[in-house]
Amino acid sequence: MLKFDNVNKRYADAGDVLINISFHLKRGEMAFLTGHSGAGKSTLFKLIALIDRASRGQIFFDGHDVSHAEDHRIPFLRRKMGLIFQDFKLLQDRTVFDNVALPLAVAGYGHHEISRKVRAALDKVGLLGKEKKYPLTLSGGEQQRVGIARAVVNKPPMILADEPTGNLDPELAAEIMTLFTQFQQVGVTVLIASHDIALIQKMDRRVLTLDHGRLIAG
Amino acid sequence: MKRKRAVKPEPRPEVPQNKVAGGDFIDKLHAYRDLHAHAFFSSLGRLVDKPFTTALTVGVLAISIALAACFYLLVANIEQLTGTIESSNQISLFLKDTVSEAEAKKLVEKISKNNEVAEIKLINKAQALAEFKVNSGLDAALDALEGNPLPIVLDVLPTPAQSNTAALQKLQQALQHYPEVDEAQMDMQWLERMQSIIRLAERATRSISILLGLGVLFITGNTIRLELHNRREEVVIAKLVGATNRFIQRPFLYTGFWIGFLSGVLAWFIVTVIMLLLWRSVENLSLLYEGSFHLRFLEYGESVFLILLSSSLGVAGSWAVLAYQLRQLRPE
Repeated sequence: MLKFDNVNKRYADAGDVLINISFHLKRGEMAFLTGHSGAGKSTLFKLIALIDRASRGQIFFDGHDVSHAEDHRIPFLRRKMGLIFQDFKLLQDRTVFDNVALPLAVAGYGHHEISRKVRAALDKVGLLGKEKKYPLTLSGGEQQRVGIARAVVNKPPMILADEPTGNLDPELAAEIMTLFTQFQQVGVTVLIASHDIALIQKMDRRVLTLDHGRLIAG
Repeated sequence: MKRKRAVKPEPRPEVPQNKVAGGDFIDKLHAYRDLHAHAFFSSLGRLVDKPFTTALTVGVLAISIALAACFYLLVANIEQLTGTIESSNQISLFLKDTVSEAEAKKLVEKISKNNEVAEIKLINKAQALAEFKVNSGLDAALDALEGNPLPIVLDVLPTPAQSNTAALQKLQQALQHYPEVDEAQMDMQWLERMQSIIRLAERATRSISILLGLGVLFITGNTIRLELHNRREEVVIAKLVGATNRFIQRPFLYTGFWIGFLSGVLAWFIVTVIMLLLWRSVENLSLLYEGSFHLRFLEYGESVFLILLSSSLGVAGSWAVLAYQLRQLRPE
């Protein structure tokens, strides 16, 4: 599903941030990405989400070499990955329904299908009945679940989460992790960047560990 | 100026709530139409939401457009005015003092054979004097004069085929060559000057209109840039969930359209009000000169063109800025 082949990332001001990264995440696999702050987790995340480009090496996503994908192809590749963020990145002036519907609207789905899929996604994360609420009226855990519903509403083959539980207490974090496990069980590839060692150990999954830009385990 | 309203912002559905029937393709087609309809109305809604900012932008644009339209109308009106004068292009032949009336009559016969001449009229000394007395109001002074100082005049009216300036000048020179003719005078020179002034005014209007049009382009572009900046977060999120640039720029293009459209309509009103204010004075003036001149307003087609043009300038300005800015704008 996702394959890094000798990927390097160098920034003009920060030097080499990622050095010779190679790993292969199989379809339906669930893995954690960890490391000290500044180890390159965010950069790796950006490369996968095609927010940034690798300086060297190749990245394969869903069978395609995406390291040189043209700009106009990027939106269509992003529709195949559900992105989840530490700060949720919800639109505060839109309802929960509209937030979750955004990826569908962007992909040109009709109203019927949008309505059905949004409900299904909200049902999955346990927020059915809150469609008309605004994100700020929800708790942090609920907001993150809106973010997750948005990420999975289009049924992408891969979910990519950047510190999804960073702002949540352990109990809520555990709930969110359970959700991710459920997605993996239906065949979705899940990659979670996190520095919550305790949580990662409890989950007992593959762990990719970054240290000063190098992959030292995984 | 982040648009974050903490408690209860009004609902602004991203997805239009229309009922859709039919299969997947029809559903998608309707979805596309709904996206446009939604962008069309929500962009207007955003402008109405910020009445002050919108009024400032639209006001500036409307004044620019109205200025251009006023220049255009000014030239169009002057052109219309000279158009009525152009038809009277007669040539007056002032005969030498020594020429008798009999000789003058012979000359009339000779000249009227010229097929470039439509009509020729002889005004003898007595007629000329009588006419002059009536028109000048100097009859007392003229009575005091010994004899009649006025020459015999032949009024020559060329055929319509000779109405252009070059042909008239040729005819004038031909007439000047008759030995009896002292001077062949054509009242064309001032008209020619007038026409070249109008041509100059037309050219000036065109240049000024282009400048003002560019101004409109830049102002809408800048407005859209600010709007894009204010909604940066939204744009970034849309990009992260797979929105194409086309999807993102759609509502902004509609914003540009609305700004241009509203400015065009306002400009039309400004021009019409100015013309209405001038209308009465112009009619009075025209009456004083016993003229049949009527102030020319923007015609129906011109009004439509004005609004269409300003709308497209709005879209073009937005498009140029979006094409550039969206390429620059990356999610992180």
